[in-house]
Amino acid sequence: MPKTFIISALVEHKPGVLYKVSNMFWRRGFNIESVAIGTAEQEDLARMTITIKGEEKDAEQLVSQLEKLIDVLKAARLDPQKAVIRELALIKLNAADPKIRSDIFHYVEVFRGRIVDVSPTSAIVEIVGSKDKIDAFINLTRDFGLMEVARTGETALIRGPESVRIDV
Amino acid sequence: MSGAKALVESLEREKVEVIFGLPGGAIMPVYDVLLDSKLRHILVRHEQSAAHMADGYARASRKAGVCMATSGPGATNLITGIATAHLDSSPIVAITGQVSTSQIGLDAFQEADMIGIASPVTKYSFQPRRVEDIPVTVKKAFHIASTGRPGPVLIDLPKDVQMDSAEVEFPMKVEVRGYRTDYKPDPGKIGLAADILADSERPLILAGGGVILSNASEELQKVAETILAPVATSLMGKGSIPEDHPLSIGIIGMHGSKEANSLIYEADTLLAVGCRFSDRTTGKLDEFCPTSKVIHIDIDPSEIGKNKCVDLAIISDAKMALEALYRALTKTLTEKKDTAWSRKLKEIKETNAVKAENSGRDLTPPKILKELRRVLPPEAIVTTEVGQNQMWASLYFKVLKPRTFITSGGFGCMGYGFPASIGAKTAVPNVPVVDIAGDGSFMMTENSLATSVTENIPVTVIILNNRMLGMVAQWQRLFYNRRYSAVSLGDVPDFPKLAEAYGAEGLRIGSVEEFSRAVKESLKSEVTTVIDVPIDSEENVLPMVPAGYSLKDVIG
Repeated sequence: MPKTFIISALVEHKPGVLYKVSNMFWRRGFNIESVAIGTAEQEDLARMTITIKGEEKDAEQLVSQLEKLIDVLKAARLDPQKAVIRELALIKLNAADPKIRSDIFHYVEVFRGRIVDVSPTSAIVEIVGSKDKIDAFINLTRDFGLMEVARTGETALIRGPESVRIDV
Repeated sequence: MSGAKALVESLEREKVEVIFGLPGGAIMPVYDVLLDSKLRHILVRHEQSAAHMADGYARASRKAGVCMATSGPGATNLITGIATAHLDSSPIVAITGQVSTSQIGLDAFQEADMIGIASPVTKYSFQPRRVEDIPVTVKKAFHIASTGRPGPVLIDLPKDVQMDSAEVEFPMKVEVRGYRTDYKPDPGKIGLAADILADSERPLILAGGGVILSNASEELQKVAETILAPVATSLMGKGSIPEDHPLSIGIIGMHGSKEANSLIYEADTLLAVGCRFSDRTTGKLDEFCPTSKVIHIDIDPSEIGKNKCVDLAIISDAKMALEALYRALTKTLTEKKDTAWSRKLKEIKETNAVKAENSGRDLTPPKILKELRRVLPPEAIVTTEVGQNQMWASLYFKVLKPRTFITSGGFGCMGYGFPASIGAKTAVPNVPVVDIAGDGSFMMTENSLATSVTENIPVTVIILNNRMLGMVAQWQRLFYNRRYSAVSLGDVPDFPKLAEAYGAEGLRIGSVEEFSRAVKESLKSEVTTVIDVPIDSEENVLPMVPAGYSLKDVIG
């Protein structure tokens, strides 16, 4: 039974690095679920949070293949029990019908989301949380006017002082 | 200083002596500077050969080889040679011209995205965009190419950066964050490995190319002699132990020796050093030494568990690990003189030696290659092409010193051997260099004859000529019911005449005596000699293990 693993990688924040990393995923045949990237604690570093579906061995290989890339400064697997894992989703819904409109507002409250844009016929909902929570919201709204979904992919940090970082 | 000048001066500071290359529009500023430099430039006739020459140079000299080409087609022609160096962990620095930065991405004339194309087949690739960045880039390129697990590095240099001027500084040292080379053997694990090996009744060593790359042959031999372990090698490890050593059992795998492919199943402990358990080495992986304990020493952490799950992994340079292992072993163990395992090895070797003597015909590849060994001095370098010629060479040509057998192991690149022999000869001009070729492979880079003649780099090419793409024909014979599809090359060209057309010497021989004489003459010749050896086109390389089968399933 394949499992989901979360890997945090600190990489050089410069042109071409994303290509080199994603090319490695493809070349080595890794089954990547999502990648979230952004500037890290230093301007010249970016953090990639990679989720991969596979066996234990795949996760280990992915970490060592990542670390082999010279532009990757550090990579480590995160224990989901000991990490904060979040994803952000923007979800555009068809909200022309007043009845549906009020349903949406209700669901957003239950899921602790926020309405961040409203037009006479549509609404954009922002939800932050686990991948499962966002999946659940999307499934719930699929039947009444799901228009567009944009998800960041999971991003994560280890709880407590332990870190995947480099000394400056 | 111009970018072109900064590049050439950086190369001189890296003590580069020779560049193999071919100019074109986008690299002309560099070639203009080369005219005033002491660097020797060797002009190739196709860029693929430039990369192979740099690779052959690197493997023979222990220094990074350098090749150069223009943008677009020049650069993409290098790729086959770069990929060859990548899979065999050979240190080369490839320099390509690129269109000017303002033109990049506009599909300009002779533009190719070299970083994109080369990244999967290089250890690293650079594209400096400022003159000031050139010296540090070159320094980093040589550092990355030749340390750790070596490999090819690309420097893609836009033409405007070659022409721009700036004040530059040449660093004495560079640091590349994110790049580790300081893998030292963990003493605890070395102790554990020593205990396992000391307790083992039937240890076997598998030596890969890493042993040769880290110059660890002596240490390997000392460990093997201490525990009386037979040493099998991968194709890349051939020469890591002298093949006339009593503990040497030749290469293992698809065309491995009978000794190696059978003893691996009896060993209770396998010590694998600097090898990556490639499919050609292991055969069906699940059935590769299933009952023995496996200790794996490698400098590349990503090789641990990639193919073969192991019981003990030591991430280290092979030389340092073997040295430490030898010290640990000699602390607890006095040198074994004689064991049931070593007697068995001796017996097997004697039986097989007798069998090998009994073959009737005259001009067979095994006889040719044994004669070649007799004629050549131990330090002579042999390169091979790819296919039957390569596998015959690996089975029947005994290599006596490391770095004297140069072959495209991982990539299996036809056309490699001849340019690689020219590169090797450039590195060690006083040593005889011989390319063992097939007719098919030789034709892929035969135009390197022009380079070898005009640049006065004489080598000997021995073409085992079966007028076939012999290895494909062998597979069709064995696995496709003799349905020969697209393997017959016909009796063209006339190789001696072809050689003569280039100003080289060419001759065709008809017996082992003639062959012997021709090789001896060629070693004295001042130009390259092509020796055409007609062989039976139905000849198979045996023994053989079919692809995907266990090493027990030997044919022949």
